[in-house]
Amino acid sequence: MTLPQRSAQSRAQAAPFTVAECEAFLVREAQLLDDGRFDEWLALFTADAWYWVPIEPNQASPRDTISLIYDDRRLLETRVRRLASPRIYSQEPRSRTSRMIANLTIEENSAEACTVRSKFQLLEYRREAQRIFGGTARHRLVRHDDGIRIAWKRVDLVNCDAPHEGLVVPF
Amino acid sequence: MIPITNEDIRGMVQPGRVMRRLYTDPDIFELELERIFGSAWIYVGHESQVAKPGDFLATRIGRKPLLLVRDVDGGLRLLHNQCAHRGAMVVASDGGHTNEFRCCYHGWTYHLDGRLKAAPLLHGYPPHFDPNNPRCAMLAVPRVASYRGFVFGSLAKDGPSLEDYLGYMTTSFDDMVDRAPGGALEVAGGVFKHTYKGNWKLYLENLCDAAHPLFVHQSSIDAARAQSDEVYSDGSGEIAIRQMRQNGAPYSFWEEHVGIWTYRNGHSFLGDYHDDSKLVAALNDPVFRDYIAAMENGKGKDKTKKILEVRRWNSNVYPNLSFMSQFQQLRVVHPLAVNETVVHTFCFRLKGAPARMFENTISFANTVNGTGSLVLTDDLEIYTRVGLGLSSAGSPWLEIGRGYAGDLPDTHGGRRGQNSTSEVYIRNMFDAWLALMTEGRDSDIPSPAPRESAEVQP
Repeated sequence: MTLPQRSAQSRAQAAPFTVAECEAFLVREAQLLDDGRFDEWLALFTADAWYWVPIEPNQASPRDTISLIYDDRRLLETRVRRLASPRIYSQEPRSRTSRMIANLTIEENSAEACTVRSKFQLLEYRREAQRIFGGTARHRLVRHDDGIRIAWKRVDLVNCDAPHEGLVVPF
Repeated sequence: MIPITNEDIRGMVQPGRVMRRLYTDPDIFELELERIFGSAWIYVGHESQVAKPGDFLATRIGRKPLLLVRDVDGGLRLLHNQCAHRGAMVVASDGGHTNEFRCCYHGWTYHLDGRLKAAPLLHGYPPHFDPNNPRCAMLAVPRVASYRGFVFGSLAKDGPSLEDYLGYMTTSFDDMVDRAPGGALEVAGGVFKHTYKGNWKLYLENLCDAAHPLFVHQSSIDAARAQSDEVYSDGSGEIAIRQMRQNGAPYSFWEEHVGIWTYRNGHSFLGDYHDDSKLVAALNDPVFRDYIAAMENGKGKDKTKKILEVRRWNSNVYPNLSFMSQFQQLRVVHPLAVNETVVHTFCFRLKGAPARMFENTISFANTVNGTGSLVLTDDLEIYTRVGLGLSSAGSPWLEIGRGYAGDLPDTHGGRRGQNSTSEVYIRNMFDAWLALMTEGRDSDIPSPAPRESAEVQP
């Protein structure tokens, strides 16, 4: 790598996030999840990240109201470790998923961090049945030495308060 | 369809085994709705959900949509959610506050107790129609009663009182309420609704099953045990991981240290299996200091100690309620079809307790009752897989005989297992099932071989 290229890169890093780089990051995240590469997915998160799937529309807090999923970093690690277990009966057979991401906007932006709002649709196929999930995701993205990290991720399902069978594969 | 006789039904339950058909036959399912959900006391809500006159809550018994209402006089009403005119469901929301119910179809309105208040165009009806007839109403369920804030309804005009029906299980409700420094509970924090493709009976049959966690929950036990405690947690994950580790208690622990107690009418509770002081207030970890101080402030040291020493895990009230006092959880099982069930789970806030207690209640709910939990999802898989297995043509009999030879008579008309891995609580539910299905009455506890009960209940 030549010197001028490095300076171009550091100039880019000092600039606010672009929709294009956020989209590339979210597409990469979706690919990791669809491919079942959950360890690599976990590695996208910061050391004090949280991951939240509220159960109520416009839910204000995960502390005083239940959630479909609310993981601090420690529990997220346990969740991912369990996904690799051969004894995870709720993934026997394994789900296959397909995610589409669209309508990205950046809600809050600086050189260090931004909040990306996106729409998603997720097909989950398992045991001769297919489920469809959809909704809004918000990612808090931060710059890190070797790329972008997720400081927090919130996923609001359109049908968050509906009766569901078990939700095992992360959104 | 050949009618199912009482003799047929009696032939489906034998000592230590039941017929597969009880979980798969749609005709049996319809009879269960009629004879069990149509007569027993069924949990319909908590008084805190309808605290003020005019408050109402959508609820159900079996598949029947109902409204639990706080009337102007402060009394509780339980109404069929059906307009007397053309039968439309009058209230479509989950709950709220009103001074009358109005049908959206033709504007018939009703008082909070279900009586018809007014209707447009009341002219030209045939002689049978009388808007002042009390049957021309949103009809009330024959009986509604409350025990310490927990409200039940019965579709049968006659039968035992709620307290008679609950019997010794009233002590589990006492345990739930007495843990509130302010002396009362309130439903808070949202409701989980999870579904599975299996029979409704499977759910309660699993909740006192001390032999399943090591198998069913192995993935979350292993993952939690391997988890470093050095990694950042805001506290919620810590509660979750500690709970999952506790699920790995070995068989020897269940056999030697935990009990299972059953009572008339199909009720039961499982003893506690926790030795993690951050999960059990009675173990006096500093995390509970403010809570215990609030308890002692209101109730005194001795009474507080007595209350917190009660160590029950799930308390099951037949046919479809289960609750747990130490983290203020309550689950209601709603049968939809013979192989389709939905379960609603609730949290309670202990009035007068520090806010942190309720945050732990939420974390615990997410872990144990959450639709995306690392624990419950494997239980739901099992229920569905039992549903799938039973659709085969394997053995027509299912075994519920574990520990049968060790069943012991116990105080308060109960019967307990020799240890907590006994399936005595399933046998006990089927005694109630049989009595309700054949004679529409309470179940007697069959006397096992007369032996002296040596242990005291928790």
